[in-house]
Amino acid sequence: MTIEVKQLDRVVIRFAGDSGDGMQLTGDRFTAETASFGNDLSTLPNFPAEIRAPAGTLPGVSSFQLHFADHDILTPGDAPDVLIAMNPAALKANLKDVPRGATVIVDTADFTARNLKRIGYDENPLENGELEAYHVVALNLTGMTVESVKEFGLSRKDASRAKNMYALGLVSWLFQRPVESTIKFLETKFASKPDIRDANIAAFRAGYNFGETAEEFSVRYEVKPAVMPTGTYRNISGNLALAYGLVAGAQRAGLAMVLGAYPITPASDVLHELSKLKRFNVTTIQAEDEIAGVGAALGASFGGALGVTTSSGPGISLKSETIGLGVMLELPLVVCDIQRAGPSTGMPTKTEQADLLQVMFGRNGEAPLPVVAAQSPADCFAIAVEATRIAVTYRTPVIVLSDGYLANGSEPWQIPSVDSLPTIDPNFTVEPNATGADGKPTYLPYLRDPETLARAWAIPGTAGLDHRIGGLEKEDKTGNISYDPANHDLMIRTRQAKIDGIARTIPPLHVDDPDGTAKVLVLGWGSTYGPIGAGVRRVRTVGGKIAQAHLRHLNPFPSNLGDVLRSYDKVLVPEMNLGQLAMLLRAKYLIDVVSYAQVSGMPLGAAELAGVIGNLVEETEGIDDDARHLGTAAAKLTHWDHLEGAR
Amino acid sequence: MSTVDLGLPGGLQNGLHGVPAADAPQTRKEYVSDQEVRWCPGCGDYAVLAAFQGFLPELGIKRENVAMVSGIGCSSRFPYYLSTYGMHSIHGRAPAIATGLATARPDLSVWVVTGDGDALSIGGNHLIHTLRRNVNLKILLFNNRIYGLTKGQYSPTSEPGKVTKSTPMGSVDTPFNPVSLALGAEATFVARTVDSDRKHLTSVLRAAAEHRGTSFVEIYQNCPIFNDNAFDAFKNPETRDDAIIPLVHGSPIRFGTDGHLGVVRDGFASLAVREVADLPGGESDLVVHDAHTEDPAYAFALSRLTDAGVLHQAPIGIFRQVDRPAYDDLVRQQITTATQAQGPGDLQSLITGTDTWTVN
Repeated sequence: MTIEVKQLDRVVIRFAGDSGDGMQLTGDRFTAETASFGNDLSTLPNFPAEIRAPAGTLPGVSSFQLHFADHDILTPGDAPDVLIAMNPAALKANLKDVPRGATVIVDTADFTARNLKRIGYDENPLENGELEAYHVVALNLTGMTVESVKEFGLSRKDASRAKNMYALGLVSWLFQRPVESTIKFLETKFASKPDIRDANIAAFRAGYNFGETAEEFSVRYEVKPAVMPTGTYRNISGNLALAYGLVAGAQRAGLAMVLGAYPITPASDVLHELSKLKRFNVTTIQAEDEIAGVGAALGASFGGALGVTTSSGPGISLKSETIGLGVMLELPLVVCDIQRAGPSTGMPTKTEQADLLQVMFGRNGEAPLPVVAAQSPADCFAIAVEATRIAVTYRTPVIVLSDGYLANGSEPWQIPSVDSLPTIDPNFTVEPNATGADGKPTYLPYLRDPETLARAWAIPGTAGLDHRIGGLEKEDKTGNISYDPANHDLMIRTRQAKIDGIARTIPPLHVDDPDGTAKVLVLGWGSTYGPIGAGVRRVRTVGGKIAQAHLRHLNPFPSNLGDVLRSYDKVLVPEMNLGQLAMLLRAKYLIDVVSYAQVSGMPLGAAELAGVIGNLVEETEGIDDDARHLGTAAAKLTHWDHLEGAR
Repeated sequence: MSTVDLGLPGGLQNGLHGVPAADAPQTRKEYVSDQEVRWCPGCGDYAVLAAFQGFLPELGIKRENVAMVSGIGCSSRFPYYLSTYGMHSIHGRAPAIATGLATARPDLSVWVVTGDGDALSIGGNHLIHTLRRNVNLKILLFNNRIYGLTKGQYSPTSEPGKVTKSTPMGSVDTPFNPVSLALGAEATFVARTVDSDRKHLTSVLRAAAEHRGTSFVEIYQNCPIFNDNAFDAFKNPETRDDAIIPLVHGSPIRFGTDGHLGVVRDGFASLAVREVADLPGGESDLVVHDAHTEDPAYAFALSRLTDAGVLHQAPIGIFRQVDRPAYDDLVRQQITTATQAQGPGDLQSLITGTDTWTVN
């Protein structure tokens, strides 16, 4: 039988199984193969907070979705074209997302009456016609895996653990992925356990060969490499990019870096990554709690290092008081909030962007500080460098907002040249900067740079400049304790003016408005960049006129934001919260932006946004309700319409 | 999970190792800042401040390499009054902040000034973790057994039944014994001294400064406004000889008027105070104080000779001083080891990684 090769421009594939089935690893490997092949890609890991929920149950299902294409794409995709379900629970939990006509590859090994009953199937869905609308490939993957690793003498349990590699091999064949990197990976990962290593490699190869020799598949697919700007690329996740960005920022400032952190999902990987980078003069302190984490960071900053702390919303709540102290001390401090779904413990492994108002205002007194937000996994690198620039230059805590979607998601990244990164000057004060009343040279710790309003920063060990700082209100210039009413008012306004003035160094907001005739602007911030961009492309594909802009600086805003907002009839603000940016925009610019809020713990969907955008575009253009079609058409586009390719 | 040999630096290093020496002898005056001292008249803090200002020049280190970190409370104003680098931080967090500072800067002599509420109540967690890590910093806990700055509520060291504004019918809390707590938290240097005994205070401060690791010093300090005479037994010439149990390394623990009292072993891991005259072996039955005893049970037993209620008797001196590598030294050593093994990090190759592809 000859196997036909079908060209596709993009594919969304989802691996799903038990938490212990290694689905995240499988997804990572498929991603690495795909990246090395040269496709553009975007990933969405989705896993339960429980480390090992009971096997075979719906809450225990873990999945990894990957979208790859021969062109530039923005999201991990709304719906999978291919679902790999390693057990009945994985099938049941994911089928609702799979559109009719999609391919569903199922491991039949666990489809016993008992297992099916446990998750609410009275009949076997593989046999009762329930899956007729799909292209189902039902295989005993576990059985075939065990058979393929027989020679290594493993127990059945150990042997069956390699089933994820068998499945990966099969799918790698189906999509013509290069397999060398996975074999190399397995050789390294299991170097100390030769049996396991050989079994995994054998299973992976067997899966690949099964595709080749068995007649289950009449078609293989090909997705050509994407045309991307010239350069060297790697795949990178948001948390890794953030860790590297922090190191880059510290290095460009010539400062040692001290991370104080307490483990918390989804931020812990930043701690893990940074703890490997000691030779970059990076110190990591796993503190006793969130408060100590930020405290140690601030203490290190006092000593002249770059203090950094990484956490998620609940941890930021605990750190608030120390961040307020940082505002008062006017010392550099980078605080990374990898947001997760809240409130309280919320849904630790799910994403959300509902900490914006917390980081803006969640401190006692008037305690302004800069807030920046990454818009894609790779952008976490640049945003960390930018946060460091602001923190060091302006002597202030800076909040970096990322979220679970960016943290765990990955995309190809055009690796920048280190020389192209900004140089950051800590500009330590090493000599007296004033003359005292006694005519002698003296040091005034709160004497400010007239341009930036940043205070003079002398670090311990600098002779003649010893001084005391603290959380009590301080007198202008001297930093001495002061309860003077006029001085307090001055200091409050000065600290605010310092933060506001950062806007002078922020690039103006760029608006993507191809022919300049759009009446509606979609404005987002943070990780909604991808879904909004994909939604906008859909609307443009069906003929709608729409402008898009995305904020990376949330405080202060870019100076031209007000003008941008006022130049459109309507401004749509989609957010994964109940309208927090919308509230800030209304308050600051008195513009009644249209808030679109979805707080499901999942990223916004491109189709969903396309519907909302299309509808608003027509409403703004005065088209009657019943005559509108743009939103529906844009939402209905299938991937065969090259929708994410339209610019 | 596996463990690795941390390759611990051997020998008892001085706590001031790495701190640059002063170019010339210093005076007390150089350590007095220009800020007006604003404690209540008669506050024990004055005595501690004066002793501290007098003692710092003796260390012979550069003044700009001394860093004081405090929390919140009366005692936490301390840094303002010293012309060194200082930070008056937030309630309870000074040990955490100082941990970051000491880890980042091996060339500083880092001191934490705290009180019984600051260290043992709101900041209890940071205190115990700093002690177990053994960060090279010195903690001075001013224990006046009351909340002073908030005007007189009971503290975690107030005696049971204490009547205060917040406990009109008497406090029902069991107090901490700070020395027992520190020992339980694996502290390597634990001492107690008294604000009014400048000579003793200074000698303990000196030992604390020279200890490598976290030195924990409880200072009995009188609050004349809200808890006056809490330590009267220690100060009254008529009672103090029988109240203070002096701990002198290498000497039998004997005290009281004419040395009539002494400390002996009593049952399973306990110590007790006895009339020396009643002991069959006399002084030879007394415990000879050994602060270097590895087993903390000994120092803990000593700490339990302190009254939990109104104070009549308590040991004074260094309970425990043992050698254990300091956290910050180990952290820096790992950075050195990693750098030596692989060379200093190259940022470009880090961010590039090993799995790249090129688009032409």
